[in-house]
Amino acid sequence: MMGTVFSTASTIDAVLDVLTAILLLLGAFFSLVAGIGIIRFPDTLTRVHAGTKPQVFGLACILTAVILSTRNWSAIAIMVLILLFQMLTTPAAAHMIGRAAYRRERPGDEMLFVDELEQAVELAHQDPESAVQSNDE
Amino acid sequence: MNSVILNFVLIVVGVVFAVAALLAVYRVVRGPGILDRMIASDMLMTTLICILGVEMVINRHTTLMPVMIGLALTGFLSSVAVARYVSKKRSS
Repeated sequence: MMGTVFSTASTIDAVLDVLTAILLLLGAFFSLVAGIGIIRFPDTLTRVHAGTKPQVFGLACILTAVILSTRNWSAIAIMVLILLFQMLTTPAAAHMIGRAAYRRERPGDEMLFVDELEQAVELAHQDPESAVQSNDE
Repeated sequence: MNSVILNFVLIVVGVVFAVAALLAVYRVVRGPGILDRMIASDMLMTTLICILGVEMVINRHTTLMPVMIGLALTGFLSSVAVARYVSKKRSS
């Protein structure tokens, strides 16, 4: 094994293996960070931040590791598709959960400098029909 | 020597993913509200997608890529549905 290190093919293989290992460790680290954040953060909104944000980059690392490990370069297109769908759908879910969490448990005034959603929620509570109309316009 | 290092890295990665999934499950069981549970289950599913990728690295194939596409496409529907229901129930 040591004798063949200096031929170019196995050197490239070794470099790709090391890159794969580093990318796998990065992805696992980001997933672990998301888990710790979900456990440690005190609020629903902060937990949305912790659970959603690191996952996309961790998934990108894992997918790149898959490509580098299998050397199946035609799978790059599918990898880009997976990343695209993940980046499209994760913010949508986080947005909906954030809106629901804001209405459910009002974040305290000490956490927010500007509260732009408060007026809209108050309007919806006071007069639902006018709020719907203003949304339609 | 190189494959020994890669095997060690794969074991470490598996353990770290298991710990992350267990933390998510803990938050699903413990979470004070339904939204916390939905966030944690969403994160659990993304961890599952990553673990499918790690399995492809271990066995050196790309067969599971369509499964990952399906999971990435449909995983957010449950969160959106639950969030809609929660906010509607609250505002009425």
